Amino acid sequence: MSGEEFVPLSLTPMLIGVLAAVACALPGNFLVLRKQALIGDAISHVVLPGIVVAFLITGVVAAAPMMLGAAGAALVSVLMIEAIRRLGNIEPGAAMGLTFTTLFAAGVLLLEQSDTSSVHLDVEHALYGNLESLIWLDATGWESLLDPVALAGLPPELGRVVIALLGVCAFLWLFLRPLVLSTFDESFAQAMGIATNRLGVALVMVAALAAVAAFDAVGSIIVIAMFICPPAAARLMTNRLEHQVAWSVVFAVLSAVLGYVFAGYGPLWLGFDNAVSAAGMIATVSGIILSIAACFAPHRHRSGAPAV
Amino acid sequence: MFWNALTLQLGYNATLVTIGATLLGIAAGVTGTFLYLRKRALVSDAISHATLPGVGIAFMLMVLLGGDGRALPGLLLGAAVSSWIGLLCVSWLTRLTRLSEDAAIGAVLSVFFGFGIVLLTVIQAMGAGRAAGLESFLLGATAGMLFNDALVIAVGGALTLVAVLILRRPMTLLAFDPEYAAARGINVGRMDLAIMALALAVTVIGLKIVGLILIVAMLIIPPVTARFWTERTDHMVLISGLCGGLAAWIGAALSAVAPAMPTGPIIVLVSFGLFVTSLLLAPNRGVLAVYLRHMRFQRRVHLRQGLLALAQGQPIYEAYTVRLLKCAGLAHADGVPTEAGRARAAKALRDEKRWELVRADQAFESAAALYDGLRDIETVLTGDQIAEIDQRIGGPQGVAS
Repeated sequence: MSGEEFVPLSLTPMLIGVLAAVACALPGNFLVLRKQALIGDAISHVVLPGIVVAFLITGVVAAAPMMLGAAGAALVSVLMIEAIRRLGNIEPGAAMGLTFTTLFAAGVLLLEQSDTSSVHLDVEHALYGNLESLIWLDATGWESLLDPVALAGLPPELGRVVIALLGVCAFLWLFLRPLVLSTFDESFAQAMGIATNRLGVALVMVAALAAVAAFDAVGSIIVIAMFICPPAAARLMTNRLEHQVAWSVVFAVLSAVLGYVFAGYGPLWLGFDNAVSAAGMIATVSGIILSIAACFAPHRHRSGAPAV
Repeated sequence: MFWNALTLQLGYNATLVTIGATLLGIAAGVTGTFLYLRKRALVSDAISHATLPGVGIAFMLMVLLGGDGRALPGLLLGAAVSSWIGLLCVSWLTRLTRLSEDAAIGAVLSVFFGFGIVLLTVIQAMGAGRAAGLESFLLGATAGMLFNDALVIAVGGALTLVAVLILRRPMTLLAFDPEYAAARGINVGRMDLAIMALALAVTVIGLKIVGLILIVAMLIIPPVTARFWTERTDHMVLISGLCGGLAAWIGAALSAVAPAMPTGPIIVLVSFGLFVTSLLLAPNRGVLAVYLRHMRFQRRVHLRQGLLALAQGQPIYEAYTVRLLKCAGLAHADGVPTEAGRARAAKALRDEKRWELVRADQAFESAAALYDGLRDIETVLTGDQIAEIDQRIGGPQGVAS
């Protein structure tokens, strides 16, 4: 395929998909290890009301308010889950389900009621994203990568994803040791003087940041696949955390690239002429990777469990 | 207008939708109770998202076979099959690999949903226009519901309800004591599957009205709400069904009045409203009741400490205690006891001494276990026993001059 076609139409969506998948998979590792995978579920649902409220307040779809709105929504949902759990003495799973469905319902209602027709924000887009639309029209070929005029026309979503990925990496780099300690032995971490509660909330906020970045590309439900599938598959590959993180990045990149390619070109190979949803395909590929890992990965059994 | 909708006087279709939604709400509330008691509320999340590929495949099959792709029973059958596969995947991932259930749920729900979206885009490409309406399964839409669809939903809801009523004994047993249930000859694995199958039935039936993303709320919120009002399972099932039905009824009526508002989110928000009301106002477990109980407890402690201080002639510095004593007419504003206050204080001190003896005596062990510093001794011991203790304490004695 020539650069003239690939660079404007496929390079940016693919890049956004890859970066978003990595940004989600990194915090996802810790969510899976801490048995908080469904917090990822909850966050990705509440990102929607966060973004809608941010839009209603500011009236524009811009990176900063959207990220603030989503982070705020994530914070609200964490507080709400805690409050319901403590005040009502309700088990965490139910409190979580109650919170995120309610906030999501509120978000959908706000979105349907408000006049968002002028901007690119609608319910279906919010649910499963629109990766294919993030094209780079100013590019003419590979040489555009060096052309400042064309670079100015890059889709703003790319910048958002890069910022989010940098934020995620910075957080992990700064807090890796306390995070690892509090993940594997919370009481030891507390004894070492680590504020484990605050660290947990910070992890959730970082995950929310990643979810916002991925929201543009893949919508609010498929983000969950990026949070959970690559780390879960990586968990079955190894017993060491560093290796697990590395594997999860590999799986995330693999599912984003393969998913995009299958969605864009797979139907053509089979003789159809319409592409299918890239976001859905990325989730599907990550699921296939997970199921392969669940069948063949070296460390798939619980330690101590008899090999079946 | 809203009243008309509530009383089913807003036309034929609105009436159908409202009745269907209410039946569904009741069935969801009742089924959800067992899911909640079994602590598996979020499995329903995986079930509901996993319906999407089934809907897509059923649509394609029906079109390929030359039928109308939108026939509701066919779509619902497909949804049921694919969410059943999703459920099996969750249990397979948890049993055979080291992944915990939450990771399995998250993986299954997102992957199935993603695959469903892929199928939806394939359908869009297949036949332009004919697929319109499949997206309505995401968030539910009742606007263009046909009589047959409403009938399917109503009958399905009623059947689910009947199944729950038949299975409620073994399911209750399982929720509270799986080992005992197994000892009684109940097949625990199969009964768990039955609970899941009922949740699945509710999900599939609810797809058309609330949509697959929010149907979870109808299974989770009513049981949580009901838990505030009772400590008994049978009551909880009833209240949960009532809450679910009420929320669905009000929600469907509201959205019939304002057609721009999607039914699913409205029902969820009404349901959440009921939950918040219960959280705050429920007797016994509600926030308000807990707060009042705490206040009452605080008052009793202050009053008792104040009386003991009065009896021993110690000054009281705590303003709240003085205020309480004054309100009860036991002391003046400056902390000097009134006549009644002196009597009550003397009694309090004597009770304290009685308790001291009771707690030291092995013979009163069971009574002493009830001591918490506030309990009146008369509520624990009989008059004879108190008289016996008083004898040991002895009356006032003259001082040798």
